[in-house]
Amino acid sequence: MAAITLIEAVTQALAYEMKHDKSVVVLGEDVGVNGGVFRATQGLSDKFGEWRVFDTPLDETTIAGVTVGLAAQGMKPVCEAQFEGFIYPMMEQICCHAARMRNRTRGRLTCPAVFRAPWGGGIHAPEHHSEANEHLFTNVPGLRVVLPSSPARAYGLLLAAIRDPDPVVFYEPKRIYRQYKEEVPDDGEALPLDMCFVLRDGTDITLVTWGAEVKETLEAADALAKEGISAEVIDVATLTPLDFDTIAESVQKTGRCVIVQEAPKTAGFGAEIAARVAEECIFDLLAPVARVSGWDIHTPLYRLEMKQLPNTARIVDAAKRTLAAG
Amino acid sequence: MPIAAKFEIEYLQYLDAEGKQVRKDLPEFAQDIDQMVELYKLMVSTRVFDTKSIALQRTGKLGTYASCLGHEATHVGIGASMKPEDVFAPSYREYGAQLYRGVRPRDVYMYWGGDERGNDYQNEPAKHDFAWSVPIGTQCLHAAGSALAFKIRKEKRVAVCTIGDGGSSKADFYGAINVAGARDLPLVAAIVNNQWAISVPRKIQSGAKTLAQKGIAAGLFCIQVDGNDIIAVKKAMGDAVERARAGKGGSVVECVTYRLGDHTTADDARRYRGKDEVEDAWTKDPVKRLRTWLEAKKAWNKKKEEKLQAECDEWMDNEVNTYLETKAQPVTAMFDYTFAELPADLMKQRDEAIALEQGSH
Repeated sequence: MAAITLIEAVTQALAYEMKHDKSVVVLGEDVGVNGGVFRATQGLSDKFGEWRVFDTPLDETTIAGVTVGLAAQGMKPVCEAQFEGFIYPMMEQICCHAARMRNRTRGRLTCPAVFRAPWGGGIHAPEHHSEANEHLFTNVPGLRVVLPSSPARAYGLLLAAIRDPDPVVFYEPKRIYRQYKEEVPDDGEALPLDMCFVLRDGTDITLVTWGAEVKETLEAADALAKEGISAEVIDVATLTPLDFDTIAESVQKTGRCVIVQEAPKTAGFGAEIAARVAEECIFDLLAPVARVSGWDIHTPLYRLEMKQLPNTARIVDAAKRTLAAG
Repeated sequence: MPIAAKFEIEYLQYLDAEGKQVRKDLPEFAQDIDQMVELYKLMVSTRVFDTKSIALQRTGKLGTYASCLGHEATHVGIGASMKPEDVFAPSYREYGAQLYRGVRPRDVYMYWGGDERGNDYQNEPAKHDFAWSVPIGTQCLHAAGSALAFKIRKEKRVAVCTIGDGGSSKADFYGAINVAGARDLPLVAAIVNNQWAISVPRKIQSGAKTLAQKGIAAGLFCIQVDGNDIIAVKKAMGDAVERARAGKGGSVVECVTYRLGDHTTADDARRYRGKDEVEDAWTKDPVKRLRTWLEAKKAWNKKKEEKLQAECDEWMDNEVNTYLETKAQPVTAMFDYTFAELPADLMKQRDEAIALEQGSH
C-alpha cells in the first residue's frame, strides 16, 4: 500500500465509490479529460467514461442545479466548484433546494449530493481563489459541512459524504492538498460524519480547530509541550451537524478553550463553538474562551495573504494568555 | 407555414489567414494606413508584454498569469472601437484592450503579483473602467448596470464587456444581454471565443452553431467576426458601439480566435488538446497576418519591425523594473479599504495586527 496525499485520497475515494455504486457521477468544470485543475478527478474519465465524469458548461448555477436534479432522481452526484470563491452562484441551489428538498416535500424527494470544493488560502493563488467561507453554509439547516485535514480523514469522510442520504458541502483545504502522505487503505471504510477527532490528548488546555489550521495548531501544541503545557487538540472535521460532546468532554477536563479558525472572526464557526462552550461548560471554565482567527477583512492578495492566516505563534500566544488568566 | 421568427448571423472577415484582403469595401479607418500601423504596433507591444509576463512567472517573479497570446487582434480591436468616455468591463485576459485604454504593464504585474494596487488604474480612460473580474461572467451584469446608468442620465456613453466562450454559458451573461435587450441599453457584449474554457472545448460548451446568436434571443444585434482579423473586429465592434451610442440598441459580437497558450501559467494545455490543432491555429496568427498586409501596402518593413521591437523592449524593461522595485504594502493596507471609515471593532484588530508585526505582542 502506497502512501498518498490528501488530494490523492479524494481521488481514491471517488474511484472506489464510482466502482461500487453505479449511481455515483462526478460533474464540474474541467473534471473530465483534464482531471480537475488540482487533479482530484485524475484518471476517472478514463475509468468511468465521459457520462459519469461529466465536463459541464462553465456555469456554477448549472452545475449545482443539475446536481440537485440528478440527486432527486436517484443518482449520487458529486459536483465540484473549482474554488470555494466560485461557489457563490451555487448558494441559491444549495440553500433553496438541496438543503430543504427533504423537508419541503415531507421526505418524498431527497438530495443525496456532495458539493466538493478546494477551500482556503495559503497557496499564492489569484483573487477569489483563497477564501475560508465555511460559515456561510454551517448556518444552513439540512446541510452537512465537512472539512477533512488529513489523507485518511479525506478518504473516509468523502465516502461517508457520498453515501449520506442528505446533501454535504465537502471542503478540501487546498493548502495541505500535498503537504504530506500517509497510508490510506482503499478498503471502502467510511468515517462517521458526526464525530470530532481528538488528534492529541492533553490536560491543561483544549485547542479546537479544523481545515488547514490543524497543522499550525498541532505545532502550537508541540511548542506548548516544550514549556510543560499539555494541550489537547481537536479537529472538528464535521462542522455541522456538530459533535459538541467531544469538545465539551475535553473542556470539562482542561477548563480552558482556544478556538482556531482561518476564516474572519465575526460570526465565523468558532463563534458557534464559543457559544456552545458558554452554554454548556461555563462552570467548568477557568479562563475566558479565546479565538484565534483571520481578521475581519477580505483575504488579501498573496503578498500579504499569510498575515491573514493564524500562525503557530499566534496560537501559542493565545494559549498562554488563556493559561495566565486562570 | 407561418414563421414566428427567423434569423441569420453574418460572418465578417477582411483579411484571410495569409493576410490577403478578401473584400474590397475596406472600412474608412482601414484606409488610413497610419492608423493601421498604430494598431499593429499595439498588437506587437501586447505580444512582447505577454511574453515578458510568462518569463516573469516562470522565474518566480509573478504569480499565476493568464496569457493573451493569439488574442491580440480581438483585444486591441475591442479597445480601439471604444471612445474614452465609454466604460470597459473586462474579464482577466484582455490586456490589448486595456493597454489601449491606459492600463500599464506594471498594473497587470501588481495584480497577478499579489498586490491590490494593480487594480488601482492610474491613467484615463482606464481609470473609470472596471477592474479585472476573475469570477466568470459577473462583469457582464456590471456593464449592463453601467449602460442603465448612462441611459438614465441621458449620457451618450456605451458599456462594453468581454466574455469568453465558456463565460457565455453563465447566467450572468444571459441576464446581462436580456436586460439590455428588454430596456434598449447601450451595451456591447464581445464574446472572445478562443475555443477553450480551460480544458473544455467550444463544442461541448454550447449546442448553438454560433455564440453570437445567443443575442438573438435577447433582441440584440448579433455578428460573428474573424477575431484574428483586426479590421473585422474593429469594424463590427465600432458599428456596435456607435449603434448603441445612438440609442439604437445593444449588440453581441462574437470574435472567433484561438488561445495559443495555456489557460493560465497554472495550466498545461497539452493534457487535453493536440499539437496539430495548435500548430494549425498558429497559421492564423493575427499579428503576422496584419504585418503581411501592411508589408504588401509598403507601410511596414523589417527595419521598422526591428525599431519597434527595440522600443518595446525598452518600454518593458522600465515597466518590469518599476514593478520589481515596488515594496509590499504595510499590514495596515489589509484593513484600510474594508470600509470607507474603519469601524471601531476592526480598528482593534488592526492595532493587534500592527503589534504582531512589531513583535511586541
